[in-house]
Amino acid sequence: MDITRRKLLKLAGLGALGLTAGKYAKIFAKESFNKISSMNIGSTKRWAMVVDVRKCLVKEDCRDCINACHTTHNVPDLGNLKDEVKWIWKEDFENVFIEQENHYLEENLKEKRVPIFCNHCDNPPCVRVCPTQATWKREEDGIVMMDWHRCIGCRYCVVACPYGSRSFNWRDPRPFVKETNSDFPTRSKGVVEKCTFCEKRLAEGLAPACVEACKEKALIFGNLNDPKSEVRELLKENFSIRRKPGLGTEPEIYYLV
Amino acid sequence: MLEHALKGSKKYWGWIFSLSIIIVIGVFFYLKQFAFGLGITGLSRDVSWGFYIAQLTFLVGVAASGVMVVLPYYLHDYKQFGKLTILGEFLAIAAVAMCILFVFVDVGQPVRLMNILLYPSPSSILFWDTVVLSGYMLINIVISHVVLDSERKSIPPPKWIKPVIIISIPWAISIHTVTAFLYAGLAARPFWMTAVLAPRFLASAFSSGPALLLVLVFIIKRITKFDPGKEAVQKLALIITYAMAANIFFILMEFFTAFYSSIPEHIHHFQYLFFGLEGHTTLVPWMWASAILGVTSLVLLFIPKIRKNEDYLFIICVAIFISIWIDKGLGMVVTGFIPTPLGDVVDYWPTIPEALISLSIWAIGFFLITVFYKIALSVRKEVMT
Repeated sequence: MDITRRKLLKLAGLGALGLTAGKYAKIFAKESFNKISSMNIGSTKRWAMVVDVRKCLVKEDCRDCINACHTTHNVPDLGNLKDEVKWIWKEDFENVFIEQENHYLEENLKEKRVPIFCNHCDNPPCVRVCPTQATWKREEDGIVMMDWHRCIGCRYCVVACPYGSRSFNWRDPRPFVKETNSDFPTRSKGVVEKCTFCEKRLAEGLAPACVEACKEKALIFGNLNDPKSEVRELLKENFSIRRKPGLGTEPEIYYLV
Repeated sequence: MLEHALKGSKKYWGWIFSLSIIIVIGVFFYLKQFAFGLGITGLSRDVSWGFYIAQLTFLVGVAASGVMVVLPYYLHDYKQFGKLTILGEFLAIAAVAMCILFVFVDVGQPVRLMNILLYPSPSSILFWDTVVLSGYMLINIVISHVVLDSERKSIPPPKWIKPVIIISIPWAISIHTVTAFLYAGLAARPFWMTAVLAPRFLASAFSSGPALLLVLVFIIKRITKFDPGKEAVQKLALIITYAMAANIFFILMEFFTAFYSSIPEHIHHFQYLFFGLEGHTTLVPWMWASAILGVTSLVLLFIPKIRKNEDYLFIICVAIFISIWIDKGLGMVVTGFIPTPLGDVVDYWPTIPEALISLSIWAIGFFLITVFYKIALSVRKEVMT
């Protein structure tokens, strides 16, 4: 009796192993195929943002872009630094460009706060480390996307992001959303979220909420692959910097200083 | 074979009962965490991995260290380790079980954990860590089961198990290497971005793991008639000595590179650990305790007279275990986040629920070790008589 039970268990185990192996073979085959096909086609669009810091600093305490983004996307206000969730926020210039290390920074940038968000990197380390492909780079336009239903909340992407752009829901965010926008999903506890370049609005032909909200026109959004786009024109005519370019992540947010 | 675990003295049951209470308390707090979210821990937006992941890292080392008794016995036919191999393998199984539990309690959506296997992502080191850890667990369950079963029947183990045991040796190295790669490939975290991390992990594992094994062996020796033999104990002590020497050497390498190069983002983390940064000194006393315990133990181990005294050796092993636990189970993970990529210094300390959940997982590990060792020793006793 004992032996048959044991044998049965062993056989069941082997069977399960066989089934998984088959599934895996398929997935890996698909994975490599996808990579090759995407390389051949090439992307048609590459969304990017230019932040004109000079214009942004005209009104120092302005929070228009932050408010617009956070109400559009049901970003909770938890009221403490520990549990904080944020998609756009302002940070001291010297912290944002920490690698610049300049004690004699020009007066109008010293202790001035500039807006930061997800850089939608061309070579995103967060995507590389995700164990479930819950975050991925959309090949057709370069947006780094997030699937809140697949994310297991391991926070490896948060650890891998060199810009601190990702937030984790340490607790249920819903009670902390002041006015819920029914056009956009709220999140559950235990998942990671971040700026999505307003991919939902882009699909409707609208500019990102932050861009629309900025009265100073300090945020300029456009397609980098189009040589005639406003972003390309601006980058052609102005000196721009990116955050931690030396890490090879190829961030797609450009700052004019 | 399991029936051996159900017969025991009052002391045995008392121990099992105490562990069970700790486990039940931990389960209660885990249910609270499950309902509230990971906000119940001391983790924050800036320090997003902490005590749980640090325990995982430390315990992967304990699991890998089983190889330090398996390798000499099976590759070099070092017969003296005959009585220890099964204990090493069982320790490895218990350690991997704890590792898996620590991953489980650390994720925000535990019910979705299987997504790692449903959407296998070869580019993620976490995916590979899952693969090598579960594989290592499986291999060790098969080996210990087959070897113990043949021992019980007083027959030589089947021939096919030998290649499985041989595979388990590089596999053990792989689990700690892959676990180091979780950290060592992240451009965002200069503290971990060092090629010496995997070797350092292995060196610290090969001293802390066998140190724990020796502590357990000494305890068993005191409460049962089990005797691993003086030579085996001394050989293991020597392994601990060399591994600890390598570990301290690697840490000094890190210091040199950081401080001589003077690159701020490399220095800051070490400053935070040993001297404090911008007034934040949470880990400083711990790290100095770790350093002093580690170096003193190594010096004492170098002295043959002390190493050969089993009473001293017991204390040294406890000290080494604590020293490396502080280094890996407390300092290593958290310091990767301090300062943050934006240069802020944000302190982290585990909360009471977090500590109790962790303690409970350790209790589950010790529960498993107790049951496994009880079975192994009972089978052996049965065969002898």
